[in-house]
Amino acid sequence: MDTIKLTIDNREVEVPRGTTILKAAEQMGIKIPTLCHFELDGLALENRPGGCRICVVEVVGRRNLAPACITECMPDMVVKTNSFRALNARRTVLELMLSDHPNDCLQCPKSGKCELQSLAADMGIREIPFKGQQSQYPIELSPSIVRDSNKCIMCRRCESVCHEYQSVGAIGAVDRGFPAVVNTAFDEPLVNTNCVFCGQCVAVCPTGALSEVDNTAKVLRDIANPDVKTCVQVAPAVRVALGEEFGLPAGSIVTGKIAAALKAIGFDYVFDTDWSADLTIMEEGTEVIGRLKAFLSGDKSVKIPVMTSCCPAWVNFYEKFYPELREYPSTAKSPQQMFGAVAKTYFADKIGVTRDKLVCVSVMPCVAKKYETEREEFKVDGTPDVDYSLTTRELARLIKICNIDFANLPEAEFDSPLGASTGAAVIFGVTGGVMEAALRTAVEVLTGKTLPRIDFEEVRGLEGIREAVVPVPGVADLNVAVVYGLKNARTIMEQIKAGTCKYHFVEVMACPGGCIDGAGQPYHHGDASIVKARHKAIYEADRNMPIRKSHENPEIIAIYKEFLGQPCGEKSHHLLHTHYFDKKIKFDIEK
Amino acid sequence: MCGPQIKINEASYRTIKDICASFDNKPGELINILHKTQEHFGYLPEEVQQVVADCLGIPVGRVYGVVSFYSFFTMKPKGKYAISVCLGTACYVKGAEKILDALKSELKISEGGVTEDGKFSLDVLRCVGACGLAPVMTINGKTYGRLVPEHVKEILAEYAD
Repeated sequence: MDTIKLTIDNREVEVPRGTTILKAAEQMGIKIPTLCHFELDGLALENRPGGCRICVVEVVGRRNLAPACITECMPDMVVKTNSFRALNARRTVLELMLSDHPNDCLQCPKSGKCELQSLAADMGIREIPFKGQQSQYPIELSPSIVRDSNKCIMCRRCESVCHEYQSVGAIGAVDRGFPAVVNTAFDEPLVNTNCVFCGQCVAVCPTGALSEVDNTAKVLRDIANPDVKTCVQVAPAVRVALGEEFGLPAGSIVTGKIAAALKAIGFDYVFDTDWSADLTIMEEGTEVIGRLKAFLSGDKSVKIPVMTSCCPAWVNFYEKFYPELREYPSTAKSPQQMFGAVAKTYFADKIGVTRDKLVCVSVMPCVAKKYETEREEFKVDGTPDVDYSLTTRELARLIKICNIDFANLPEAEFDSPLGASTGAAVIFGVTGGVMEAALRTAVEVLTGKTLPRIDFEEVRGLEGIREAVVPVPGVADLNVAVVYGLKNARTIMEQIKAGTCKYHFVEVMACPGGCIDGAGQPYHHGDASIVKARHKAIYEADRNMPIRKSHENPEIIAIYKEFLGQPCGEKSHHLLHTHYFDKKIKFDIEK
Repeated sequence: MCGPQIKINEASYRTIKDICASFDNKPGELINILHKTQEHFGYLPEEVQQVVADCLGIPVGRVYGVVSFYSFFTMKPKGKYAISVCLGTACYVKGAEKILDALKSELKISEGGVTEDGKFSLDVLRCVGACGLAPVMTINGKTYGRLVPEHVKEILAEYAD
């Protein structure tokens, strides 16, 4: 490898050519502060505008200070990361930023997780010498995301994820000079734009400018209400991430502690979205099998590839960008909504309450799930199937509010009958997981034989687009693809439009690595090792399960027998399937 | 439950499509396309930007980002006679602000405004490249130099039609 030698803070270092000063310093244990710079190694997410100038360092012989995040190391370069000049410049940059930043840290949703706040603390800011104009933007509420542009520092990380990573482009820099800010086109509310509510802007925002809608107060109020019963479901990816909020190492599996904590908070029934993930496989898997069989027997009217439909940001994406292809995704509702639909019918009947007296809460690694709960088609007589969706971070807040010592909490089990699950369900939380879970069931049903191996290693991994050929003896070789990031999903949609798509079955998740890095998860501040630890933990949780195929879940078998009838039958079609809308911008052309 | 509807008349729609097509619908030509489009319509209202975005296959936020960034582009219709006062360094030190004040009180509008009858609009800009004539203003491209506030009334009278 072509390497070069340079000196940073009086120590010599050898790095590959092309390495930035920031990276070179990092490998020496020197942490140069950054703000706009953001990189999720190996997950194709980055923002490198070199704009905020917090990372400036002195390069001997260079006239001006160099931004470490975008300046490449040169042979024999002498860098001083903590020279008086660099420190002064850095402080001034931060003070100027803070001079137009609200100082309401105590009430800020990002308090304690804010990179600007940490930087101010690390740099020992005690006063802000600059007094000037203050931005005055109204706070915007959407079903999922709260935007407080007064706290925007124009790092433009959100713009990078929205445009480059998701290919959505709902928010971006507008205006110039002091009024420059990240905003929607024409200052429209997010709901009127092409925003898909993936929330990755929230996940990468260093300050409180972007945060999630907080439902914790509503949940506490309902738990205290003696006139209603409350039930809660927890998504797969939450159990490998929540521990981080309580000082446990990334990748700790805290399933039992979550069940215990939810009971301690006071929910009447503590259930598991993994249960409805297994149900999703029964419905979606049956649909895949049906469509595949028809397609393979020459029926040209059937839409292939079948695409997954559990990710609510992905659903928003095809409704807004590719409504003409909306018959490709499965009609199966997401596990969150399947759970809600069953809870408010089957389970409400079982405990003898009407649907308006049962409050259904979900805990999701996701911000788009909040939007999903508010969809009109998921309401019956005005009451939603899922009343509130909380993020993993909100659950952490609830646990803290309720004085629960999470790290030392003895484990508990989920309640029955919507609590049992399999390994196939837990992997829904990771890219490739829904595909693998579906294959575990579909291949067995198609061949009528028990799978010799259930680990479909070929669909696992963290590359943004992965493809595999899965032989189904006696049926066909299935071409499958797994993608995450909506830009990658767009690639597949364009292939379908062009008639060049060779896949039979495609899984799509919007967030990096799937739900494990969903926008509702604890903030990782660009540390990819955290996401990778969650990834590993999901597969460990799968291996730990005694049953690892959805169709073998006893509670799933029972509910079909007792209530639903057949997968994709009349009752499940009504309760567990949905339809999609054309939400693309249209031109109303007047003569 | 359908997506947003953008109302636009057919002639305008065609014109924008033709302008974009004349630049091969290339996103890299956005600024040139906006120049041509503004030349045609006099301004760039929301629906026009939506059509441009649609033709180029880019988010409308990208178009709006550019339109809001450059002071040359405007989302408000200009007056029949568009007045621009230079506030560049040379004009500024030569008293351009007094010229601007005279125009404001004469027309009873502020910067960025249009008179009620739609006749005059008033904007400021930075340097028209005629620093030797400072302070300078332009009306529909015609340059007036070495101004003093007393000139304002008589110049406006030229546009009395």
